[in-house]
Amino acid sequence: MERSLRGKVAVVGIGETRYYKHGQSPEPEFKLALMAILAAAADAGIDPSDIDSFASYSNDRNDPSRLAAALGTKELRLSNMQWGGGGGGGAAAVGNAAAAIITGQADIAVVYRALAQGQFQRFGRAAAGGTVSGDNALINPYGIFVPAQRFALKFMRYMHEHGVRREAMRAIAMASYHHAQSNPRAVMYGRPLTEEAYDTSRWIAEPYRLFDCCQENDGAAALILVSAERAKDFRHKPAYVLAAAQGSDHRNAARSFNAPDFASSSFGPVAPHLWEMAKLGPDDVDVLQSYENFTGGVLMSMAEHGFFKPEEANDFLTLENLLAPSGKLPLNTSGGNLAECYMHGLELQIEAVRQIRGQSTAQVPDVHVAGVIAGPMVTPVSTMIIGSQETL
Amino acid sequence: MTYLPPGLPAPVIENDGLDLPYWEGTRQGVLKVQRCGACNTWQWGPEWLCHHCRSWDMRWVQVEGKGRIWTWTRCWHPVHPALRDHGPYIAVLIELPHAGDIRMLGNLLGDPEQAVTIGASVEAVFEPHDDAPAPYTLVQWRRA
Ligand SMILES: [Zn+2]
Repeated sequence: MERSLRGKVAVVGIGETRYYKHGQSPEPEFKLALMAILAAAADAGIDPSDIDSFASYSNDRNDPSRLAAALGTKELRLSNMQWGGGGGGGAAAVGNAAAAIITGQADIAVVYRALAQGQFQRFGRAAAGGTVSGDNALINPYGIFVPAQRFALKFMRYMHEHGVRREAMRAIAMASYHHAQSNPRAVMYGRPLTEEAYDTSRWIAEPYRLFDCCQENDGAAALILVSAERAKDFRHKPAYVLAAAQGSDHRNAARSFNAPDFASSSFGPVAPHLWEMAKLGPDDVDVLQSYENFTGGVLMSMAEHGFFKPEEANDFLTLENLLAPSGKLPLNTSGGNLAECYMHGLELQIEAVRQIRGQSTAQVPDVHVAGVIAGPMVTPVSTMIIGSQETL
Repeated sequence: MTYLPPGLPAPVIENDGLDLPYWEGTRQGVLKVQRCGACNTWQWGPEWLCHHCRSWDMRWVQVEGKGRIWTWTRCWHPVHPALRDHGPYIAVLIELPHAGDIRMLGNLLGDPEQAVTIGASVEAVFEPHDDAPAPYTLVQWRRA
Protein backbone atom coordinates (compact mmCIF):
# COMPACT_ATOMS: atom_id res chain seq x y z
CA MET A 1 0.00 0.00 0.00
CA GLU A 2 1.32 3.41 -0.94
CA ARG A 3 1.67 5.63 2.12
CA SER A 4 0.47 9.05 1.01
CA LEU A 5 -1.97 11.85 1.74
CA ARG A 6 -2.28 12.67 -1.95
CA GLY A 7 -5.81 13.58 -2.98
CA LYS A 8 -7.49 11.88 -0.02
CA VAL A 9 -8.51 14.93 2.00
CA ALA A 10 -9.72 18.41 1.00
CA VAL A 11 -10.18 21.82 2.54
CA VAL A 12 -13.88 22.69 2.23
CA GLY A 13 -14.19 25.67 4.55
CA ILE A 14 -12.07 28.70 5.43
CA GLY A 15 -12.67 31.47 7.90
CA GLU A 16 -10.94 34.27 9.72
CA THR A 17 -11.77 37.08 12.10
CA ARG A 18 -10.97 40.66 11.34
CA TYR A 19 -7.21 41.14 11.61
CA TYR A 20 -5.82 43.68 14.07
CA LYS A 21 -2.49 45.22 14.99
CA HIS A 22 -1.11 43.46 18.06
CA GLY A 23 -2.88 44.26 21.27
CA GLN A 24 -5.78 45.93 19.47
CA SER A 25 -8.31 43.12 19.33
CA PRO A 26 -11.43 44.13 21.24
CA GLU A 27 -12.13 40.43 21.76
CA PRO A 28 -10.26 37.96 23.98
CA GLU A 29 -8.25 35.23 22.29
CA PHE A 30 -10.59 32.31 23.00
CA LYS A 31 -13.51 34.22 21.52
CA LEU A 32 -11.43 34.96 18.41
CA ALA A 33 -10.79 31.22 18.02
CA LEU A 34 -14.52 30.50 18.22
CA MET A 35 -15.33 33.27 15.73
CA ALA A 36 -12.85 31.91 13.15
CA ILE A 37 -14.13 28.35 13.54
CA LEU A 38 -17.75 29.49 13.14
CA ALA A 39 -16.78 31.49 10.05
CA ALA A 40 -15.06 28.45 8.52
CA ALA A 41 -18.08 26.24 9.32
CA ALA A 42 -20.39 28.79 7.69
CA ASP A 43 -18.14 28.93 4.62
CA ALA A 44 -18.27 25.14 4.40
CA GLY A 45 -22.01 25.12 5.03
CA ILE A 46 -21.85 22.73 7.99
CA ASP A 47 -23.32 22.72 11.47
CA PRO A 48 -20.40 23.73 13.75
CA SER A 49 -21.32 20.99 16.21
CA ASP A 50 -20.48 18.41 13.53
CA ILE A 51 -16.78 19.35 13.69
CA ASP A 52 -15.32 16.41 15.62
CA SER A 53 -11.57 17.03 15.40
CA PHE A 54 -9.16 19.83 16.19
CA ALA A 55 -5.52 20.37 15.18
CA SER A 56 -3.24 23.29 15.96
CA TYR A 57 0.40 24.30 16.43
CA SER A 58 2.70 26.86 18.05
CA ASN A 59 1.42 26.00 21.53
CA ASP A 60 -1.97 27.51 20.74
CA ARG A 61 -3.62 28.25 24.07
CA ASN A 62 -7.16 27.33 22.99
CA ASP A 63 -7.66 23.77 24.16
CA PRO A 64 -9.85 21.59 21.91
CA SER A 65 -11.84 20.26 24.87
CA ARG A 66 -12.92 23.77 25.85
CA LEU A 67 -13.62 24.64 22.21
CA ALA A 68 -15.73 21.49 21.88
CA ALA A 69 -17.71 22.33 25.00
CA ALA A 70 -18.27 25.89 23.82
CA LEU A 71 -19.27 24.82 20.30
CA GLY A 72 -21.60 22.07 21.48
CA THR A 73 -19.52 19.51 19.61
CA LYS A 74 -21.53 16.30 19.40
CA GLU A 75 -18.51 14.03 19.67
CA LEU A 76 -14.85 15.02 20.18
CA ARG A 77 -12.38 12.79 18.37
CA LEU A 78 -8.91 14.09 17.38
CA SER A 79 -7.29 16.64 19.73
CA ASN A 80 -3.91 17.30 18.18
CA MET A 81 -1.04 19.72 18.83
CA GLN A 82 2.12 19.87 16.73
CA TRP A 83 5.17 19.97 19.00
CA GLY A 84 7.60 22.87 18.72
CA GLY A 85 8.66 25.08 15.91
CA GLY A 86 6.14 27.90 16.44
CA GLY A 87 4.75 28.97 13.09
CA GLY A 88 6.77 26.19 11.50
CA GLY A 89 3.95 23.83 12.45
CA GLY A 90 1.18 25.29 10.29
CA ALA A 91 1.35 22.83 7.41
CA ALA A 92 2.07 19.99 9.83
CA ALA A 93 -1.25 20.69 11.61
CA VAL A 94 -3.03 20.20 8.27
CA GLY A 95 -1.00 17.06 7.59
CA ASN A 96 -1.77 15.68 11.04
CA ALA A 97 -5.50 16.34 10.63
CA ALA A 98 -5.47 14.84 7.12
CA ALA A 99 -3.69 11.71 8.37
CA ALA A 100 -6.30 11.31 11.10
CA ILE A 101 -9.14 11.61 8.58
CA ILE A 102 -7.57 9.07 6.22
CA THR A 103 -6.99 6.56 9.00
CA GLY A 104 -10.51 6.82 10.39
CA GLN A 105 -9.61 8.78 13.52
CA ALA A 106 -11.47 11.91 12.45
CA ASP A 107 -14.32 12.89 10.12
CA ILE A 108 -14.61 16.68 10.07
CA ALA A 109 -11.47 18.42 11.32
CA VAL A 110 -10.69 22.06 11.93
CA VAL A 111 -7.14 23.43 11.82
CA TYR A 112 -7.02 26.69 13.76
CA ARG A 113 -4.80 29.35 15.27
CA ALA A 114 -5.80 32.29 17.46
CA LEU A 115 -3.62 35.09 18.78
CA ALA A 116 -4.29 38.03 21.06
CA GLN A 117 -0.83 39.26 21.87
CA GLY A 118 -2.10 42.09 24.01
CA GLN A 119 -3.63 39.52 26.34
CA PHE A 120 -0.46 37.42 26.35
CA GLN A 121 3.24 38.06 25.89
CA ARG A 122 4.48 38.94 22.42
CA PHE A 123 6.88 36.75 20.47
CA GLY A 124 9.14 39.67 19.63
CA ARG A 125 9.83 40.94 23.12
CA ALA A 126 11.81 39.42 25.97
CA ALA A 127 10.70 39.22 29.58
CA ALA A 128 12.59 41.43 32.03
CA GLY A 129 15.28 40.39 34.51
CA GLY A 130 15.64 37.07 36.26
CA THR A 131 17.90 34.15 35.49
CA VAL A 132 18.26 31.78 32.54
CA SER A 133 19.62 28.25 32.29
CA GLY A 134 20.39 25.65 29.66
CA ASP A 135 20.63 26.82 26.06
CA ASN A 136 19.32 30.29 26.95
CA ALA A 137 22.19 30.76 29.43
CA LEU A 138 24.58 30.55 26.48
CA ILE A 139 22.59 33.09 24.44
CA ASN A 140 20.47 35.60 26.38
CA PRO A 141 23.30 37.21 28.43
CA TYR A 142 24.76 38.35 25.08
CA GLY A 143 21.58 40.25 24.22
CA ILE A 144 20.21 37.62 21.84
CA PHE A 145 16.60 36.79 22.66
CA VAL A 146 14.07 37.01 19.87
CA PRO A 147 13.65 35.30 16.49
CA ALA A 148 14.78 38.40 14.53
CA GLN A 149 18.19 38.21 16.20
CA ARG A 150 18.58 34.44 16.20
CA PHE A 151 17.59 34.17 12.54
CA ALA A 152 19.76 37.15 11.56
CA LEU A 153 22.74 34.96 12.48
CA LYS A 154 21.55 32.27 10.05
CA PHE A 155 20.91 34.56 7.12
CA MET A 156 24.04 36.67 7.55
CA ARG A 157 26.06 33.50 7.03
CA TYR A 158 23.87 32.38 4.10
CA MET A 159 24.33 35.75 2.36
CA HIS A 160 28.08 35.40 2.83
CA GLU A 161 28.17 31.87 1.41
CA HIS A 162 25.94 32.53 -1.60
CA GLY A 163 26.43 36.20 -2.44
CA VAL A 164 22.80 37.13 -1.79
CA ARG A 165 22.06 40.83 -2.27
CA ARG A 166 19.64 43.01 -0.32
CA GLU A 167 17.60 43.65 -3.46
CA ALA A 168 16.43 40.02 -3.32
CA MET A 169 15.18 40.53 0.25
CA ARG A 170 13.52 43.78 -0.79
CA ALA A 171 11.62 42.10 -3.64
CA ILE A 172 10.08 39.64 -1.14
CA ALA A 173 8.93 42.46 1.15
CA MET A 174 7.65 44.55 -1.76
CA ALA A 175 5.64 41.63 -3.19
CA SER A 176 3.74 41.14 0.07
CA TYR A 177 2.99 44.85 0.43
CA HIS A 178 1.98 45.10 -3.23
CA HIS A 179 -0.54 42.27 -2.91
CA ALA A 180 -1.94 43.67 0.35
CA GLN A 181 -3.05 46.79 -1.52
CA SER A 182 -5.83 44.83 -3.23
CA ASN A 183 -6.83 42.93 -0.08
CA PRO A 184 -9.22 44.83 2.23
CA ARG A 185 -8.60 42.25 5.01
CA ALA A 186 -4.92 43.21 5.13
CA VAL A 187 -3.66 45.24 8.05
CA MET A 188 -1.40 47.09 5.56
CA TYR A 189 -4.22 47.72 3.06
CA GLY A 190 -3.85 51.30 1.89
CA ARG A 191 -0.25 51.46 3.13
CA PRO A 192 2.00 50.67 0.14
CA LEU A 193 5.74 50.18 0.52
CA THR A 194 8.24 51.96 -1.71
CA GLU A 195 11.81 50.90 -2.46
CA GLU A 196 13.00 54.05 -0.75
CA ALA A 197 10.99 53.36 2.39
CA TYR A 198 12.43 49.83 2.51
CA ASP A 199 16.00 51.01 1.92
CA THR A 200 15.86 53.70 4.58
CA SER A 201 13.93 51.76 7.21
CA ARG A 202 15.67 51.25 10.53
CA TRP A 203 17.79 48.24 11.35
CA ILE A 204 16.30 45.65 13.65
CA ALA A 205 19.18 43.16 13.64
CA GLU A 206 21.53 43.22 10.64
CA PRO A 207 20.88 42.06 7.92
CA TYR A 208 17.20 42.63 8.75
CA ARG A 209 15.59 46.04 8.46
CA LEU A 210 12.12 46.83 9.75
CA PHE A 211 10.37 45.75 6.54
CA ASP A 212 12.19 42.40 6.50
CA CYS A 213 10.34 41.47 9.69
CA CYS A 214 6.76 40.26 10.11
CA GLN A 215 4.16 42.25 11.95
CA GLU A 216 2.69 41.10 15.21
CA ASN A 217 -1.07 40.84 15.12
CA ASP A 218 -4.26 39.72 16.78
CA GLY A 219 -6.91 37.58 15.17
CA ALA A 220 -7.81 33.99 14.37
CA ALA A 221 -8.08 31.74 11.34
CA ALA A 222 -9.47 28.26 10.65
CA LEU A 223 -9.74 25.67 7.88
CA ILE A 224 -12.22 22.76 7.70
CA LEU A 225 -11.01 19.44 6.29
CA VAL A 226 -13.00 16.37 5.24
CA SER A 227 -12.28 13.25 3.21
CA ALA A 228 -12.11 13.61 -0.57
CA GLU A 229 -15.24 11.44 -0.92
CA ARG A 230 -17.29 13.86 1.18
CA ALA A 231 -15.64 17.00 -0.25
CA LYS A 232 -17.60 16.79 -3.51
CA ASP A 233 -20.85 17.52 -1.64
CA PHE A 234 -19.73 20.90 -0.31
CA ARG A 235 -20.61 24.25 -1.80
CA HIS A 236 -17.09 25.43 -2.71
CA LYS A 237 -14.58 23.90 -5.08
CA PRO A 238 -12.51 21.55 -2.88
CA ALA A 239 -8.81 22.24 -2.38
CA TYR A 240 -7.22 18.80 -2.17
CA VAL A 241 -4.19 18.13 0.02
CA LEU A 242 -1.62 16.75 -2.45
CA ALA A 243 1.20 16.47 0.07
CA ALA A 244 2.40 17.57 3.47
CA ALA A 245 5.79 17.05 5.06
CA GLN A 246 7.31 18.00 8.41
CA GLY A 247 10.64 17.68 10.19
CA SER A 248 14.05 19.30 10.13
CA ASP A 249 17.65 18.53 9.32
CA HIS A 250 20.30 16.64 11.30
CA ARG A 251 20.68 17.92 14.89
CA ASN A 252 18.87 21.15 14.09
CA ALA A 253 18.32 21.91 17.79
CA ALA A 254 21.96 21.37 18.84
CA ARG A 255 22.56 23.96 21.54
CA SER A 256 24.39 27.22 21.12
CA PHE A 257 23.64 27.37 17.38
CA ASN A 258 25.62 24.20 16.60
CA ALA A 259 23.22 22.74 14.02
CA PRO A 260 25.49 21.44 11.23
CA ASP A 261 23.31 23.17 8.60
CA PHE A 262 22.65 26.22 10.77
CA ALA A 263 22.64 28.68 7.84
CA SER A 264 19.43 27.26 6.39
CA SER A 265 15.63 27.36 6.60
CA SER A 266 15.59 23.71 7.90
CA PHE A 267 13.76 22.44 4.78
CA GLY A 268 16.75 20.60 3.26
CA PRO A 269 15.54 17.04 3.96
CA VAL A 270 11.83 17.98 4.28
CA ALA A 271 11.12 19.41 0.82
CA PRO A 272 12.08 16.19 -1.06
CA HIS A 273 9.40 14.30 0.90
CA LEU A 274 6.89 16.94 -0.20
CA TRP A 275 7.66 16.62 -3.90
CA GLU A 276 7.73 12.85 -3.74
CA MET A 277 4.28 12.66 -2.15
CA ALA A 278 2.79 15.34 -4.41
CA LYS A 279 4.30 13.66 -7.51
CA LEU A 280 5.12 17.21 -8.58
CA GLY A 281 8.13 19.50 -8.72
CA PRO A 282 8.80 23.21 -8.20
CA ASP A 283 7.98 23.98 -11.86
CA ASP A 284 4.43 22.70 -11.37
CA VAL A 285 3.55 25.27 -8.70
CA ASP A 286 1.26 28.03 -10.02
CA VAL A 287 1.33 30.25 -6.91
CA LEU A 288 3.33 30.12 -3.69
CA GLN A 289 2.62 31.26 -0.15
CA SER A 290 5.86 31.23 1.86
CA TYR A 291 5.88 32.21 5.54
CA GLU A 292 7.69 35.45 6.10
CA ASN A 293 8.91 35.63 9.65
CA PHE A 294 11.82 37.38 7.95
CA THR A 295 12.54 37.90 4.25
CA GLY A 296 15.74 35.89 4.52
CA GLY A 297 13.76 32.87 5.67
CA VAL A 298 11.54 33.05 2.59
CA LEU A 299 14.59 33.17 0.34
CA MET A 300 16.19 30.12 1.96
CA SER A 301 12.86 28.23 2.01
CA MET A 302 12.36 28.78 -1.70
CA ALA A 303 15.91 27.70 -2.49
CA GLU A 304 15.61 24.58 -0.34
CA HIS A 305 12.34 23.71 -2.08
CA GLY A 306 14.20 23.91 -5.39
CA PHE A 307 12.50 26.98 -6.89
CA PHE A 308 16.01 28.27 -7.60
CA LYS A 309 19.57 27.51 -6.62
CA PRO A 310 21.01 29.70 -3.85
CA GLU A 311 23.33 31.42 -6.29
CA GLU A 312 20.35 32.20 -8.56
CA ALA A 313 18.43 34.00 -5.79
CA ASN A 314 19.38 37.50 -6.96
CA ASP A 315 18.12 36.81 -10.48
CA PHE A 316 14.93 34.97 -9.50
CA LEU A 317 13.80 37.29 -6.71
CA THR A 318 12.77 40.39 -8.63
CA LEU A 319 9.48 42.12 -7.92
CA GLU A 320 8.23 41.45 -11.44
CA ASN A 321 8.71 37.69 -11.02
CA LEU A 322 6.81 37.61 -7.73
CA LEU A 323 3.65 39.54 -8.59
CA ALA A 324 0.19 38.24 -9.48
CA PRO A 325 -1.26 37.75 -11.97
CA SER A 326 1.52 37.16 -14.47
CA GLY A 327 4.83 36.89 -12.58
CA LYS A 328 6.96 33.79 -12.95
CA LEU A 329 5.98 32.65 -9.43
CA PRO A 330 3.46 34.93 -7.68
CA LEU A 331 4.35 35.01 -3.98
CA ASN A 332 2.27 35.75 -0.88
CA THR A 333 -0.71 37.00 -2.83
CA SER A 334 -2.80 38.10 0.18
CA GLY A 335 0.00 40.19 1.63
CA GLY A 336 1.20 37.36 3.84
CA ASN A 337 2.68 37.71 7.30
CA LEU A 338 4.34 40.99 6.36
CA ALA A 339 1.31 42.89 5.16
CA GLU A 340 -1.96 40.93 5.52
CA CYS A 341 -1.67 39.58 9.05
CA TYR A 342 0.83 37.59 11.08
CA MET A 343 -1.59 34.78 11.88
CA HIS A 344 1.43 32.50 12.20
CA GLY A 345 0.95 31.52 8.57
CA LEU A 346 -2.58 30.15 8.74
CA GLU A 347 -3.66 33.13 6.63
CA LEU A 348 -1.26 31.82 3.97
CA GLN A 349 -3.04 28.47 3.89
CA ILE A 350 -6.38 30.22 3.54
CA GLU A 351 -4.97 32.29 0.69
CA ALA A 352 -3.77 29.13 -1.07
CA VAL A 353 -7.32 27.74 -0.86
CA ARG A 354 -8.70 31.00 -2.26
CA GLN A 355 -6.28 30.75 -5.18
CA ILE A 356 -7.48 27.20 -5.94
CA ARG A 357 -11.11 28.40 -5.74
CA GLY A 358 -10.43 31.48 -7.86
CA GLN A 359 -11.40 33.85 -5.01
CA SER A 360 -8.16 35.69 -4.27
CA THR A 361 -7.96 39.49 -4.29
CA ALA A 362 -4.76 38.99 -6.32
CA GLN A 363 -5.92 36.01 -8.35
CA VAL A 364 -3.50 34.15 -10.58
CA PRO A 365 -5.24 32.70 -13.68
CA ASP A 366 -5.89 28.95 -13.84
CA VAL A 367 -4.38 27.92 -10.53
CA HIS A 368 -4.28 24.16 -10.08
CA VAL A 369 -1.28 23.74 -7.76
CA ALA A 370 -0.63 26.02 -4.78
CA GLY A 371 2.30 25.70 -2.39
CA VAL A 372 2.29 26.71 1.27
CA ILE A 373 5.58 26.79 3.16
CA ALA A 374 5.18 27.22 6.93
CA GLY A 375 7.58 29.03 9.24
CA PRO A 376 11.24 28.59 8.26
CA MET A 377 14.48 28.43 10.32
CA VAL A 378 12.78 26.75 13.29
CA THR A 379 12.58 23.08 14.17
CA PRO A 380 10.49 21.29 13.15
CA VAL A 381 9.29 23.01 9.96
CA SER A 382 6.50 21.91 7.64
CA THR A 383 5.25 22.45 4.11
CA MET A 384 2.28 21.45 1.96
CA ILE A 385 0.85 21.43 -1.55
CA ILE A 386 -2.83 21.73 -2.35
CA GLY A 387 -4.45 21.26 -5.71
CA SER A 388 -7.65 21.43 -7.72
CA GLN A 389 -9.79 18.46 -8.82
CA GLU A 390 -7.81 18.45 -12.09
CA THR A 391 -4.57 17.50 -10.30
CA LEU A 392 -5.94 14.24 -8.89
CA MET B 1 32.93 47.18 33.10
CA THR B 2 30.78 44.81 31.08
CA TYR B 3 30.02 44.99 27.35
CA LEU B 4 26.24 45.10 27.85
CA PRO B 5 24.48 47.08 30.58
CA PRO B 6 23.32 45.44 33.82
CA GLY B 7 19.83 43.97 34.02
CA LEU B 8 20.05 41.24 31.41
CA PRO B 9 19.14 37.74 32.62
CA ALA B 10 21.92 36.09 34.61
CA PRO B 11 23.01 32.58 33.59
CA VAL B 12 22.62 29.92 36.27
CA ILE B 13 23.80 26.32 36.26
CA GLU B 14 21.18 23.92 34.98
CA ASN B 15 19.29 22.21 37.79
CA ASP B 16 20.47 18.81 36.55
CA GLY B 17 24.11 19.94 36.65
CA LEU B 18 24.79 19.26 32.97
CA ASP B 19 26.69 22.50 32.32
CA LEU B 20 28.29 22.92 35.78
CA PRO B 21 31.91 22.37 34.56
CA TYR B 22 31.53 25.09 31.92
CA TRP B 23 30.34 27.76 34.34
CA GLU B 24 32.84 26.73 37.02
CA GLY B 25 35.58 26.95 34.40
CA THR B 26 34.72 30.45 33.20
CA ARG B 27 34.89 31.73 36.81
CA GLN B 28 38.54 30.59 36.77
CA GLY B 29 39.30 32.00 33.33
CA VAL B 30 39.27 28.57 31.71
CA LEU B 31 37.24 27.59 28.66
CA LYS B 32 35.95 24.02 28.90
CA VAL B 33 33.83 22.13 26.38
CA GLN B 34 32.76 18.51 25.97
CA ARG B 35 34.73 15.81 24.20
CA CYS B 36 33.77 12.16 23.93
CA GLY B 37 36.07 9.77 25.77
CA ALA B 38 35.19 6.95 23.39
CA CYS B 39 35.40 8.53 19.92
CA ASN B 40 37.00 11.95 20.55
CA THR B 41 34.08 13.88 19.01
CA TRP B 42 33.86 17.47 20.21
CA GLN B 43 30.42 18.52 21.39
CA TRP B 44 28.96 21.93 22.18
CA GLY B 45 26.58 22.83 23.83
CA PRO B 46 26.68 20.18 26.44
CA GLU B 47 24.55 17.05 26.32
CA TRP B 48 24.58 13.84 28.36
CA LEU B 49 25.30 11.61 25.39
CA CYS B 50 27.81 11.72 22.54
CA HIS B 51 25.78 12.45 19.42
CA HIS B 52 28.26 10.57 17.27
CA CYS B 53 28.79 7.23 19.06
CA ARG B 54 26.18 7.33 21.87
CA SER B 55 28.83 6.94 24.55
CA TRP B 56 27.96 8.33 28.01
CA ASP B 57 31.66 9.09 28.53
CA MET B 58 31.46 12.84 27.86
CA ARG B 59 34.53 14.56 29.29
CA TRP B 60 35.18 18.23 29.95
CA VAL B 61 38.41 19.41 28.36
CA GLN B 62 40.08 22.79 28.40
CA VAL B 63 40.42 24.47 25.00
CA GLU B 64 42.38 27.50 23.93
CA GLY B 65 40.21 30.61 23.70
CA LYS B 66 40.87 31.24 20.03
CA GLY B 67 38.52 31.08 17.10
CA ARG B 68 37.14 32.82 14.06
CA ILE B 69 33.93 34.63 13.31
CA TRP B 70 31.46 32.26 11.61
CA THR B 71 28.49 34.63 11.52
CA TRP B 72 27.33 37.77 13.32
CA THR B 73 24.57 40.32 13.77
CA ARG B 74 24.50 43.89 14.95
CA CYS B 75 21.38 44.40 17.07
CA TRP B 76 19.78 47.84 16.96
CA HIS B 77 16.24 47.28 18.20
CA PRO B 78 16.13 46.99 22.01
CA VAL B 79 14.14 43.84 22.71
CA HIS B 80 14.90 43.83 26.45
CA PRO B 81 14.18 46.59 28.98
CA ALA B 82 17.85 46.67 30.03
CA LEU B 83 18.88 47.55 26.46
CA ARG B 84 16.57 50.53 26.06
CA ASP B 85 18.64 53.62 25.17
CA HIS B 86 21.80 51.50 24.97
CA GLY B 87 22.38 51.61 21.21
CA PRO B 88 23.72 48.91 18.92
CA TYR B 89 25.78 45.92 20.00
CA ILE B 90 27.39 43.05 18.14
CA ALA B 91 26.80 39.34 18.69
CA VAL B 92 29.23 36.93 17.04
CA LEU B 93 29.03 33.19 16.58
CA ILE B 94 32.59 31.92 16.89
CA GLU B 95 33.83 28.60 15.54
CA LEU B 96 36.73 26.84 17.19
CA PRO B 97 38.74 25.09 14.43
CA HIS B 98 40.99 23.36 17.00
CA ALA B 99 37.92 21.83 18.72
CA GLY B 100 36.00 20.21 15.89
CA ASP B 101 34.54 23.51 14.60
CA ILE B 102 32.14 23.76 17.52
CA ARG B 103 30.49 27.18 17.79
CA MET B 104 29.85 29.50 20.71
CA LEU B 105 28.04 32.81 20.94
CA GLY B 106 29.46 35.97 22.46
CA ASN B 107 29.75 39.70 21.94
CA LEU B 108 32.52 41.26 19.84
CA LEU B 109 34.25 43.75 22.13
CA GLY B 110 35.19 47.20 20.89
CA ASP B 111 33.34 49.75 18.81
CA PRO B 112 29.76 48.51 18.35
CA GLU B 113 29.69 50.10 14.89
CA GLN B 114 32.95 48.50 13.70
CA ALA B 115 32.99 46.54 10.44
CA VAL B 116 32.72 42.80 11.08
CA THR B 117 34.32 40.21 8.81
CA ILE B 118 33.30 36.58 8.64
CA GLY B 119 36.43 34.48 9.05
CA ALA B 120 38.30 37.05 11.17
CA SER B 121 40.41 35.67 14.04
CA VAL B 122 39.30 36.37 17.59
CA GLU B 123 40.39 35.51 21.10
CA ALA B 124 38.38 34.94 24.26
CA VAL B 125 38.07 37.53 27.02
CA PHE B 126 36.58 36.52 30.36
CA GLU B 127 34.04 39.03 31.64
CA PRO B 128 33.26 38.55 35.34
CA HIS B 129 29.93 39.61 36.83
CA ASP B 130 30.99 39.51 40.46
CA ASP B 131 28.11 41.60 41.78
CA ALA B 132 25.39 39.22 40.59
CA PRO B 133 23.52 37.35 43.37
CA ALA B 134 25.13 34.19 41.98
CA PRO B 135 28.38 35.52 40.45
CA TYR B 136 29.20 34.30 36.95
CA THR B 137 31.67 34.97 34.16
CA LEU B 138 30.80 35.35 30.48
CA VAL B 139 33.12 34.47 27.62
CA GLN B 140 33.47 37.41 25.23
CA TRP B 141 35.61 37.84 22.10
CA ARG B 142 37.92 40.45 20.62
CA ARG B 143 39.78 40.69 17.32
CA ALA B 144 43.11 38.86 17.59
ZN1 LIG C 1 31.54 9.49 20.93
